[in-house]
Amino acid sequence: MGRKLLLDKAHIENIRYYDVYRANGGYESAEKALKMTPELVLDEVKKSGLRGRGGAGFPTGMKWSFIAKPEGVPRYLVCNADESEPGTFKDRYLMEFLPHLLIEGLLISSYTLGANSCYIYIRGEYAWIPDILEEAIADAKKNGWLGKNIQGTGFDLEIYVQRGAGAYICGEETALIESLEGKRGNPRIKPPFPAIKGLWDCPTVVNNVETLAAIVPILRIGGEEYAKYGTGKSTGTKLISACGNINKPGVYEIEMNISVEEFIYSEEYCGGIANGKRLKACIPGGSSVPIVPANLLLKTAKGETRMMTYESLSDGGFATGTMMGSGGFIVLDEDQCIVKNTLTFARFYHHESCGQCSPCREGTGWMERVLKNIEKGKGKMSDIDLLWDIQRKIEGNTICPLGDAAAWPVAAAIRHFRDEFEWHVLNPEESQVRNFGLAHYADPLEIAAPAAV
Amino acid sequence: MFSEAKLNKVKEIIARYPQGKQKSALLPVLHLAQEEFGGWLSAETMDYVASLLQITPIEVYEVATFYSMFNMKPVGKYVFEVCHTGPCMLRGSDNIVDYIKKKLDINVGETTKDGLFTLKTVECLGACGYAPMMQLGKHFREHLTPERVDEIINECRVNAN
Ligand SMILES: Cc1cc2nc3c(=O)[nH]c(=O)nc-3n(C[C@H](O)[C@H](O)[C@H](O)COP(=O)(O)O)c2cc1C
Ligand code: SF4
Ligand code: FES
Repeated sequence: MGRKLLLDKAHIENIRYYDVYRANGGYESAEKALKMTPELVLDEVKKSGLRGRGGAGFPTGMKWSFIAKPEGVPRYLVCNADESEPGTFKDRYLMEFLPHLLIEGLLISSYTLGANSCYIYIRGEYAWIPDILEEAIADAKKNGWLGKNIQGTGFDLEIYVQRGAGAYICGEETALIESLEGKRGNPRIKPPFPAIKGLWDCPTVVNNVETLAAIVPILRIGGEEYAKYGTGKSTGTKLISACGNINKPGVYEIEMNISVEEFIYSEEYCGGIANGKRLKACIPGGSSVPIVPANLLLKTAKGETRMMTYESLSDGGFATGTMMGSGGFIVLDEDQCIVKNTLTFARFYHHESCGQCSPCREGTGWMERVLKNIEKGKGKMSDIDLLWDIQRKIEGNTICPLGDAAAWPVAAAIRHFRDEFEWHVLNPEESQVRNFGLAHYADPLEIAAPAAV
Repeated sequence: MFSEAKLNKVKEIIARYPQGKQKSALLPVLHLAQEEFGGWLSAETMDYVASLLQITPIEVYEVATFYSMFNMKPVGKYVFEVCHTGPCMLRGSDNIVDYIKKKLDINVGETTKDGLFTLKTVECLGACGYAPMMQLGKHFREHLTPERVDEIINECRVNAN
């Protein structure tokens, strides 16, 4: 069994309630932190090597050290619980089953940053979770972990839960701040960064739910010890939400030292491909990261074992690699259609574009239409090049990274599966009744002979 | 108009923000209003919300129309919001949508004649590992099959009576 730091107590019955959480070592990290100076807590976080779990993987300690501290101006901590990246459902698990772990993390983090108000911005569709969080907040407060003069330290903190209302873009930190201010979720131009000018123009740190929960084990075992988990610059553990055509979809905590092959095929995790099928492709970090075919997933282009770490997943860059992203691990079996899958993502990004930048607003719609044509057997060969051109024109030309996130899946699909797109164009009727299959992306595990196409 | 209890809730929400930042309460108050006034936001409702938060009506309209959870026109009593993004598609969400269409004799975006059911397709709801799925009111219905859909429709019909 892999070592766990976040879900180690998830199996304990009723751990979501204060008394049970407390009786099992809960709030001991907070106790410890409140006896330290904020500077020392920050040192522990820096030593841990923790990287943001929301998708970008930016070092958390460094981010915290950027926060501006002008006299007399409040600072804010915002917990990003917008979780809308297709394939990602790990933060939901933490909030539903371990709400006090998050609250304890928010307390330590707010103390370190000198924030007296903290907002949890949660996607509106998770409509039942605010009740769970608010109950946990009330219990934490009753027991002296929130409110005024926490544990006699003189530190005050209030945590509020705010629901979004259905907009993926509000996961982007500046759009989230706009939304918290009661506006449309239009991303802001950076700089200024939120650490200087964030919520109501005050210094603000926005962190993902999992990042903030990870602060608790870091304080429990110490930053140095935390950094011994994982591999290289991928320290600690990561929650992976696994879905698609696998035997055991769900949320898994992995130590970042296992191989992709072990993650997919071992009984401890995904339990292999469903229905005895073979692996075709995988999108390992949520819809925004490049899709990779089976032969590049389990081994890198250099033939090395691909590991579940930030570095190994991105080994080879976009030519042959992908990204850890948010940990939304989407597996496609041999029966799945790459064109159709890409189309659903293009439609998603078109639907979610805030519309501020024309390359994103127009380009995402255009990509959706062209992909729809190809998928319906009404595409032309030139459409494939057209798609390539459109995504190139979006990438890097927009205010926020949603444009890139929309471009990359299309680029990767064409890069690795161009023959499948061509097959759709050349076989308009056949492509409506059957799928392309595995072709040359043969399962490198050779569980069975490649399908004849 | 909100009840006394709802007005207190609005006050409580506004108190979460610093003085003068009551506009931040807009999304939570729109959620309350939609629940209270028939599952959608009429111009009247939005004007009322504007007056409660002392902001202009246009500030409410532009926000309400931006977010997909706010309904700008009336919907059925039960709204089936079926996810059809990649991970759900990989596990057969298209079949579920087709099944509901046939069963209720409506297309996506339509409401049954008795005003009971609306069918919508939505983008990823964060339940990809429990696909196919839909949102029904406050909760998710996961691991959908035609049989599960039948049960849910029956359950709604019973509750509606
Ligand atoms: C379009 C878009 C959507 C995003 N959605 C999320 C999200 O749902 N949750 C999240 O934590 N971060 C999301 N992010 C990343 C945030 O902008 C931000 O980097 C993150 O919350 C920082 O937290 P971390 O450093 O703890 O990862 C998104 C970014 C973009 C560009
Ligand atoms: S890239 Fe897209 S989502 Fe981001 S600001 Fe521009 S239009 Fe909006
Ligand atoms: S794709 Fe349907 S819930 Fe995520």
